[in-house]
Amino acid sequence: MKKVGKVIKDVLLVLLALAFLSPIYIIFVNSFKDRQELYDNALSLPTNFSLQYYLQAMEKMNFLSAIVNSLYITIVSVIIIVVLSSMTAWMLVRTNNKLSTVIFMTFIATMLIPFQTLMMPLMQFMSSITNNLNIPIYNTREGLIFMNVGFHASLSVFLYHGFIKSIPITLEEAATIDGATKFGVFWRIIFPMLKPITATVMILNVISIWNDFLLPSLTLIDTSLRTIPLSTFYFFGEFSIQWNLAMAGLTLTIIPVIIFYALAQKHIIKGIGEGAVK
Amino acid sequence: MASKNKKLWYALFTAPLLIIFITVVIIPFIIGIYYAFFQWDGIAANPKVFVGMENFTKLLQDERFLNSAWLTILFTVLSVITINVVGLSFALLVTSKLRTSNIARTMLFMPYLIGGLILGYIWQFVFLDVFEFFGELTGLNTVFFNWLIDPQFSLYGLVFVFTWQMAGYIMIIYIAGLQGIPNDVVEASKIDGATPWQRFSRITLPLLMPALTISLFLTLSSAFKIYDVNLSLTGGGPANSTEMFAMNIYNEIFGSGNYGFGQAKAIVFFLIVAAITLTQVYLTKKREVEM
Repeated sequence: MKKVGKVIKDVLLVLLALAFLSPIYIIFVNSFKDRQELYDNALSLPTNFSLQYYLQAMEKMNFLSAIVNSLYITIVSVIIIVVLSSMTAWMLVRTNNKLSTVIFMTFIATMLIPFQTLMMPLMQFMSSITNNLNIPIYNTREGLIFMNVGFHASLSVFLYHGFIKSIPITLEEAATIDGATKFGVFWRIIFPMLKPITATVMILNVISIWNDFLLPSLTLIDTSLRTIPLSTFYFFGEFSIQWNLAMAGLTLTIIPVIIFYALAQKHIIKGIGEGAVK
Repeated sequence: MASKNKKLWYALFTAPLLIIFITVVIIPFIIGIYYAFFQWDGIAANPKVFVGMENFTKLLQDERFLNSAWLTILFTVLSVITINVVGLSFALLVTSKLRTSNIARTMLFMPYLIGGLILGYIWQFVFLDVFEFFGELTGLNTVFFNWLIDPQFSLYGLVFVFTWQMAGYIMIIYIAGLQGIPNDVVEASKIDGATPWQRFSRITLPLLMPALTISLFLTLSSAFKIYDVNLSLTGGGPANSTEMFAMNIYNEIFGSGNYGFGQAKAIVFFLIVAAITLTQVYLTKKREVEM
């Protein structure tokens, strides 16, 4: 009797989770239906699985170019963030002086600033750098990567800082006596030990940069530079009435997220938990 | 020699990130404070007129701004409650040692990974079509209809979707808290004959306070700063009935072209967010000492 109760509870829990994700099911099934079928019953399974709306949506959203842009911007930003913020955090922890404290506190304090407070002056400043110094930072993918690094520096340095503090210094000292440079000590000895926190830093930054809309919408003006959230936004501006096309577009944008989640599910849940508690 | 070398390494390791950080965050922040005291339409050729504190006093008479501030507070209070209730319920369910808990946890967390902008579009259709469909099916037209076209219900729609996005995230934090509760305490209370409700209210909940504090303030600050879901789900409408703080600032600056006035709003926004976050840090630290 107790066993039966447990099976029922098992099933109920899965049903609850399925119901919770039902909007994704609705988007998926309706991406195959024609207009008539969609209005008859949005919850039913489609009668045929033709990919025509996907092909249309891909073309109208410029999906391939958007995914290349998103991947390029996210991957390069995250690599630079990991390299620079781990190096900075290590120096700040291991050099115990006033300057280190001031730098670290500045990083922490700026975490309080919401993006809306910075967006207008940032854009003014970036376009003046572009116009006066001829450094193409405004309206380029590399410029956006530069800004991503700046905006994600605080949290990343903070997470690395906390982790490095718990690593005993003796290992580094032994290596230094053996004549290794600071650079060698960091990359050969320290960085490999930072693996768990590097995973957390990477995951938090990937999620936030991949989904970011406001900053790219302000910096990337050319249509050829659009990322996935940007092309979704402009796609909806033009085609919001053609729902079957819109559903195919939305399904396309969710697929990369599902792949990422399937590949790194355990790390993501762990990383999110750790990132939040600290 | 050795000390000079040390300084060089220090600069080499920290300067690249610091230069980027100062260019992207520190300098714009300072320029932003400066702009808040001027009247300017954002066109470089046009003059910036110094108006002193006028932008800030004007804020208090801007009805659209005050209304959006009130809506943001209402939205924040409602979402903080719903997200934490749903998130904690999920956490309790998936830690109840069922065989399907792992898969359920994985699924419930999923919406958090999909960006706010895309979530909003997904739910636009759900409200438009599925809610209407349920309304016809059940005859409960007053509950199931397109919430997004009603000035009052569209705010609830926003709370609903934001809860859907955040509940799985908050669930993860509560799970960590629940796993930290020692098993022997729970077992002892079972032997003493405590009912499930007594166990929850007298043991689980008090021991969950640190996780609760973190979750409350995480939801508080993210609800207060909501923008993406707001933009794609309602766009601030109908009739500005869901224009939140962040969107009001964006519209003032880039929509109406009031750069100086909009920036003054942005500074006020910063002060409020900072106050919320600092209170959070203070309370969390205080509790850690007590524990």
